[in-house]
Amino acid sequence: MTQHFNPSRRNLLQGGGALIVSFSLGGAVEPALGQGAAAARPLSLAEVDAFLAIDARGRVTVYSGKVDMGTGVRTALAQMCADELDVAFSAVRVVEGDTNLTPDQGKTWGSLTIQLGGVQIRNAAATARAALLEQAAKRFDVKPAELSVANGVIRAGNRRVSYGELIGGRTFSLKLDHAKPAKFKDPKDYKIVGKSIPRVDIPQKVAGRFPYINNLRLRGMLHGRVIHPPSVGSKLESVDESSIKGIAGIVRVVRQGNFLGVVAQTEWAAIKAARNLKVGWSKWEGLPEQAKLFEHVRASKVFRADVTGNVGNTSEAMARDGIKKLAATYDFAIHTHGSQGPSCAVAEFRDGKLTSWSASQATHDLRRQLAEMFAMPVENVRCIYLEGSGCYGRNGHEDAAADAAMLAKAVGRPVRVQWSRADEHGWDPKGPPTLIDLRATLDGAGTVTAWESEFFIPQQTDKSFMVPLVPATLAGLPAKADIAPGNIFQNSNIPYKFANIKAVCHRLETTPFRPSWIRTPGRMQNTYANECFLDELAAAANADPIAFRLKYLDPADKRGIETLNRVAALAKWDTRPSPRQGVSGNVVTGRGVSYVKYELTRTYVAVVAEVAVDRAAGVIKVTKVYVAHDCGQIINPDGLRNQLDGNVIQMVSRTLIEELKFDRSHVTSLDWESYPVIKFPDVPEIVIDLIDRPNERPWGAGEPAAAVVPSAISNAVFDAIGIRLRSVPYTPDKVKAAMRSGA
Amino acid sequence: MAERKTLNVNGRSRTITVDDPDMPLLYALRENLGLDGPLFGCGLAQCGACTVHVDGKAVRACVHPLSKVGPAQKVVTIEGLSQGRRLHPVQRAFVEEQAVQCGYCTSGMIMESAAFLAGNKKPTDADIKKALANNLCRCGVHTRIVRAVKRAAGVA
Repeated sequence: MTQHFNPSRRNLLQGGGALIVSFSLGGAVEPALGQGAAAARPLSLAEVDAFLAIDARGRVTVYSGKVDMGTGVRTALAQMCADELDVAFSAVRVVEGDTNLTPDQGKTWGSLTIQLGGVQIRNAAATARAALLEQAAKRFDVKPAELSVANGVIRAGNRRVSYGELIGGRTFSLKLDHAKPAKFKDPKDYKIVGKSIPRVDIPQKVAGRFPYINNLRLRGMLHGRVIHPPSVGSKLESVDESSIKGIAGIVRVVRQGNFLGVVAQTEWAAIKAARNLKVGWSKWEGLPEQAKLFEHVRASKVFRADVTGNVGNTSEAMARDGIKKLAATYDFAIHTHGSQGPSCAVAEFRDGKLTSWSASQATHDLRRQLAEMFAMPVENVRCIYLEGSGCYGRNGHEDAAADAAMLAKAVGRPVRVQWSRADEHGWDPKGPPTLIDLRATLDGAGTVTAWESEFFIPQQTDKSFMVPLVPATLAGLPAKADIAPGNIFQNSNIPYKFANIKAVCHRLETTPFRPSWIRTPGRMQNTYANECFLDELAAAANADPIAFRLKYLDPADKRGIETLNRVAALAKWDTRPSPRQGVSGNVVTGRGVSYVKYELTRTYVAVVAEVAVDRAAGVIKVTKVYVAHDCGQIINPDGLRNQLDGNVIQMVSRTLIEELKFDRSHVTSLDWESYPVIKFPDVPEIVIDLIDRPNERPWGAGEPAAAVVPSAISNAVFDAIGIRLRSVPYTPDKVKAAMRSGA
Repeated sequence: MAERKTLNVNGRSRTITVDDPDMPLLYALRENLGLDGPLFGCGLAQCGACTVHVDGKAVRACVHPLSKVGPAQKVVTIEGLSQGRRLHPVQRAFVEEQAVQCGYCTSGMIMESAAFLAGNKKPTDADIKKALANNLCRCGVHTRIVRAVKRAAGVA
């Protein structure tokens, strides 16, 4: 159905007096000061104008609630819009994550930016294009089908009219229904979607001229640092301000409850003040002993048990005679985001209103949290996204935004806060520890008769998924005491058709550190345990691991089956059971496979990892990783490959070496020496097979490939040395211990 | 006590006023001179995000005190690596290989690579990986970065 539109005279360019930064092709950044209090932008997801504006010169602005955190989606969203609208790619610019300008499309998480956010923008573009064609048809007195359109110009014979002439600077005033989207183009007509358009941000990033949040300077801006407590539960007892008297440029020590910060004229003065300020804190030792972390997890009070998979009757099946029983326990360490740049934000209070600039992945949510924290009406808070160091979930960006707001309020001037490395490693929210028990039975023919899994993972207290802001908690300001690890139950159930299945998630009341979602939250830990244990069953059945998986996949799930077959072909898979036979020598090699259907509903990934294990040293080297990936319609193949590389490399790092260290008070892995991440010499070769399905809907790709990497490595190690590793990370000590016990 | 300090940055002599002569070079570049290419990553010389050249050598600006930088020493930041709008071959190679995700490490990677290539015309992949071993990238762009440095090697 085509909607009619009446271009209104309402001014569409607005800013509300704050800095707008947008990106256009060629990387030109256009910081501009808004022209006073112009008309507010429509922000409803049900309006075309919330997503799109076209000016008199035909330039298109996309307003995206989803943000580019370094993944390249800025470019991909512009591709989707330009193609659907029939304008040149270079005519499109993207404004991201500004609560006054962009609709609330939800957090930038869960591999949903293209799949959900991009498709909403595509819907707006298709609706706008249809309306523009209809308008042109009226003008030329022809049927819309007789029109042609390219580069934002509509033609009927030798007559022509541009989008800029039809709508320039005015609103569409058209409704959108995302449940019943407009008719999109026939995929065969896409000219920009599916192309590896170079990313718009890279020219400036390589020139050192990219407008990161870290580089934002406002007039009169001061620099702040926060002095975090020495433990999670310490109380602030005393502050000796005379201890920093000798440091030039100190403006103020800000203290409220257990929140303590310093504000200075320069960043270096703020850093020195934070380092040298003499502070008395109470002692607190409420954390569990690290060596007994998983005993603590197992003993934690269960808030609720969620059954996520239930087929047949597993207890009956497992009680039968003549079957082989297997049981194993897997655990996965606490991880930090480890963003390369510590979290950074700028805030300004003026005339009772707060403006916050940060790299938040969810500015609309942050706005609600800041409004709650400062007891302000939501409409008096504006949160603006500026890209920062990459984050892989909810890291410390939001906390730094709240820190900056605390300090800006105290001193009445704009304040920039950048955390220290120790702040970032110590105080970003963590990926919670995960403990998984698995049991299964096989009959005499090696067929799986029952599968049971139990996951011990923290609860999710609130449907809004708000991770409490550290300074609000420290200062005793209003903040919900939520536990928000994300949708970590996902992929606890399995895609395999066993006769009897039971998967249960024991949602724990508490977890030792403030949790949040870190790349592939839950899906990765759960898939890790499931796919390793499945490999244990394959080995027990003396079956090839890929053939074993194919045997149990739903025959109707053709895409899943093809993904596994494609990775087998890509890796030149040697069909045989694991482990390898007849190995000798100290360094032995092996290969392992893993498969996921993300959240059991979307993106398919299969990987094969090849490893070399130095048995004497207990050192695993991942030498090569093959990836077959089906995320439906591919918007930008090179961007997708870049994401897959990142998934693999980051996950090799997390699997082999990463583990949060802590004592009874606090995190002790506060730098890159104590929390190491992968370095160049240890990065594997990566071979990718993109399964493009241009006629299918586009699915997410930022996370799914990560889900399968730890299990593929584990299975490859088993193939090499016949030892099953069940505790991430696979440090040399653990590898050697596993070999000694001959697990 | 505020004092004046003269630096040679990106081919120009610049005089700045600082309170602390031992302030790390990074803050002088970013705050006093507005050169935001080098970024703060750790303040511990562990990650490389702040890497600049001092007399052609890659230096971690986050720990390199101003007092150690002589007025005749040539400091080059990523902004000074290109000749006007003409990018340095390493920068061009990073664009050609699209060897960036968030880009927070990129400036340091490019500076480290440029200093390395100046003395190594035909590096192997292993040489490049070794040279960049102390520059961290959390997004996982390593394989593209190695390709970019190799691409630049012939022309850098």
